[in-house]
Amino acid sequence: MLRYILHRLALVVPTFIGITIVAFSFVRLLPGDPVMLLAGERTMTPERHAQLMEQFGFSRPIVVQYLDFIWSALQGDFGISISTKKAVLDQFLALFPATVELTFCAMAFAVLIGIPAGIFAAIKRGSWFDQLTMGTALVGYSMPIFWWGLLLIIVFSGMLGWTPVSGRIALTYFFKPVTGFMLVDSLISGQSGAFVSAVRHLILPSIVLGTIPLAVIARQTRSAMLEVLGEDYVRTARSKGLSPARVVGLHAFRNALIPVITTIGLQVGLLLAGAILTESIFSWPGIGKWMVDAIGKRDYAVVQGGLLLIALIVMAVNLIVDVLYAVVNPRIRVR
Amino acid sequence: MRMMKTLLAATALVAVMAGGAYAKTLVYCSPASPEGFDPGPYTGGDTFDAASRTVYSRLVEFEHGKTSVIPGVAESWEVSEDALEYTFKLRPGVKFQTTSFFTPTRDLNADDVIFSFERQWKQDHPWHAYTAGISWEYFNSMSFPDLLKSIEKVDDMTVKFVLNRPDAAFLADLAMDFASILSKEYADQLEAAGTMELMNQQPVGTGPFTFVDYQQDAVIRYQAFADFYAGKQPIDDLIFAITTDASVRAQKLKAGECHIMPYPNPADIADLQADPNLKVDEQEGLNVGYFAYNTQQPPFDKVEVRKALNMAINKQAILDAVYQGAGTAAKNPIPPTMWSYNDAVQDDPYDPEAAKKMLADAGVENLTMKIWAMPVSRPYNPNGRRMAELIQADFAAIGVTAEIVSMEWAEYLAQSSDVKRDGAVLLGWTGDNGDPDNFMAVLLGCDAVGGNNRAQWCNEEFDALIQKAKLTADQAERTKLYEEAQLVFKREAPWATIAHSKVFMPMSQKVSGFVMDPLGIHRFDGVDIAE
Repeated sequence: MLRYILHRLALVVPTFIGITIVAFSFVRLLPGDPVMLLAGERTMTPERHAQLMEQFGFSRPIVVQYLDFIWSALQGDFGISISTKKAVLDQFLALFPATVELTFCAMAFAVLIGIPAGIFAAIKRGSWFDQLTMGTALVGYSMPIFWWGLLLIIVFSGMLGWTPVSGRIALTYFFKPVTGFMLVDSLISGQSGAFVSAVRHLILPSIVLGTIPLAVIARQTRSAMLEVLGEDYVRTARSKGLSPARVVGLHAFRNALIPVITTIGLQVGLLLAGAILTESIFSWPGIGKWMVDAIGKRDYAVVQGGLLLIALIVMAVNLIVDVLYAVVNPRIRVR
Repeated sequence: MRMMKTLLAATALVAVMAGGAYAKTLVYCSPASPEGFDPGPYTGGDTFDAASRTVYSRLVEFEHGKTSVIPGVAESWEVSEDALEYTFKLRPGVKFQTTSFFTPTRDLNADDVIFSFERQWKQDHPWHAYTAGISWEYFNSMSFPDLLKSIEKVDDMTVKFVLNRPDAAFLADLAMDFASILSKEYADQLEAAGTMELMNQQPVGTGPFTFVDYQQDAVIRYQAFADFYAGKQPIDDLIFAITTDASVRAQKLKAGECHIMPYPNPADIADLQADPNLKVDEQEGLNVGYFAYNTQQPPFDKVEVRKALNMAINKQAILDAVYQGAGTAAKNPIPPTMWSYNDAVQDDPYDPEAAKKMLADAGVENLTMKIWAMPVSRPYNPNGRRMAELIQADFAAIGVTAEIVSMEWAEYLAQSSDVKRDGAVLLGWTGDNGDPDNFMAVLLGCDAVGGNNRAQWCNEEFDALIQKAKLTADQAERTKLYEEAQLVFKREAPWATIAHSKVFMPMSQKVSGFVMDPLGIHRFDGVDIAE
């Protein structure tokens, strides 16, 4: 098991180098530069432009800038935002809990509904429930996040008034963040109604962000279950007279779980991507919204530092999934 | 200890907010996060709304809802005969705000004024580069480093600005955001503590509202400043709820989650107007959208060709399709809300037949050209691509073949400034300080060729008029000069003037006292909300 984990860790190094190159060059491939955007429509003189490029270190050779980026990143320094003049890591750490909270709730929504729906659809294969679930999943998978978010806001917040339109908590509640997780902070604050308000604000963004993973997980669970339910050992279990619940829950589901866990792990990366749009719609102060703003401003430090940090987290999640995978399926770790 | 301090501060803040259980709170759905809270290093309007117009004051201020200049923390001023010396007498007893992080021990004085400008100006000033990646773009783009000769402290309450050359727009410049007055005492405290970067995160000023807290990308909280020199505000608390999407802002307004919002989607305006709980104020923006020929490149160096193309453009179709009713046709390079606007100027008529003939008379046949379509939406041009397509169709009707080009915004701004650029550029301008010089000289002066003068147009007659106006202190005299300059502009036609946009401000019926500002800033001093 240890050897397996070490092997997986060794793979992290080339991936890390690849990511730093992508993160560094991606934002520089975009036309325009951050200095030009500082002045907005009030174009600056070429001399002033050159002076500022020099001052911010953008006129150094590109390789020097890259090595500087890597060297600083390895020491935990991801640079200073040219727009807010704050350290990228500080901003990331301040905003990341909001994204984690949203992705966690979206994932919980997707898993708690997606897996049971997939199992029942597999058991009742061909039934109206199966058809309806898979049809809905296909629609959910194809739903553009932006449109879906606005639609839910207009119906549930605008017309019905059931949920708040956007934000993380009602503005009447005011307390300093302690953990950055609003659900936790609202409880710690002791202000009555704060926790309920935080939960209400999470409902729509979680549904919007969780819709695509829900569809993927439901479909994946169904097909994995169908495959497993056709296996000989399941038939044997059934013929032994085990109850259908035991056959499905103990024998079939555990084996069907392997591809489902892989899917869930991969969805985390996609969730972070989806969070960018969801956060923009729901004014959710997370890293997605922060990155989008930074791309618009050519804020090199934020884009490259933020991308690298996100990539590191996705890599860590995938690593954990791989290890979990080995726990669930012993054949993987001995191979 | 630090944790304890934070907790104590938080408790105090909660107590303050809770104490105002019946406090009047105004919530503004602001469209973007402020980049910082020091107005000096920035150029963005949303940063100015959140920092300079709430927390800070200036020597002089723009009159609410107008572009004229009135006393601010300076109660009076004198200008020398040669217009090179401006002496400001400061208002006595102007207090700085007391916050959880700073308690002032003295009132505003000349040291604060000198500090606020010299930090932007002098490269050896300890605050010139107080945090990484800082630059003073507005101070530079308004040419202050060349304009200022010295700033002198005459006595504690008197400051003298000495200029290198007369500049009639100087007073209006001092009402701009970058000229906000900061507390030198607070700066000294931060410098001593080695936390200078907090100047950009925890502001202290003499403005109508005291900064309370900012949760990044989410909420900014202010309290009315009880000792504000012009009196306490009618509201108690002001909250900026940062909401980037215009449709979501509209939904929040309808749901009562905020009371006032800027920049609605044109498509949402009718719906907002129909809501009985809301009202929608509107005003012509202090802007102009234009189409600039490169007057140094043939055949656009000929006035007749430029005139003919202007006459081929159907502005009404553009107003309907691009501005969707939220615009008025432009005939001058300055908007009608600005003083010295010459209403006697006759616009080029829309007459494709006459345009065709003029082109033929000028000896231009089978003309092919480029139309530059701006890639972003701006109040003065909400849809550059659509506008370019309409102009392309208009030109096709008189036998001119136009190709539409577009590129990324920063690149667009850079390449369109090039003197050797091909074709005509769609662009616009929003005024900074309400002075006609800010349009005429910045966009059409000889000095701006290769920069903001996208027509690359240097006309001696026009330039002499605007230069003379710049050096003249008397506004009536300046008005005459600018009116004449507008006639020269129309005769020479370096641009097709397209439109001035209308700006809409939807708000709750409960809100009173909000005045739309021609400069596009959003001010909440004087605003009240019914309980």
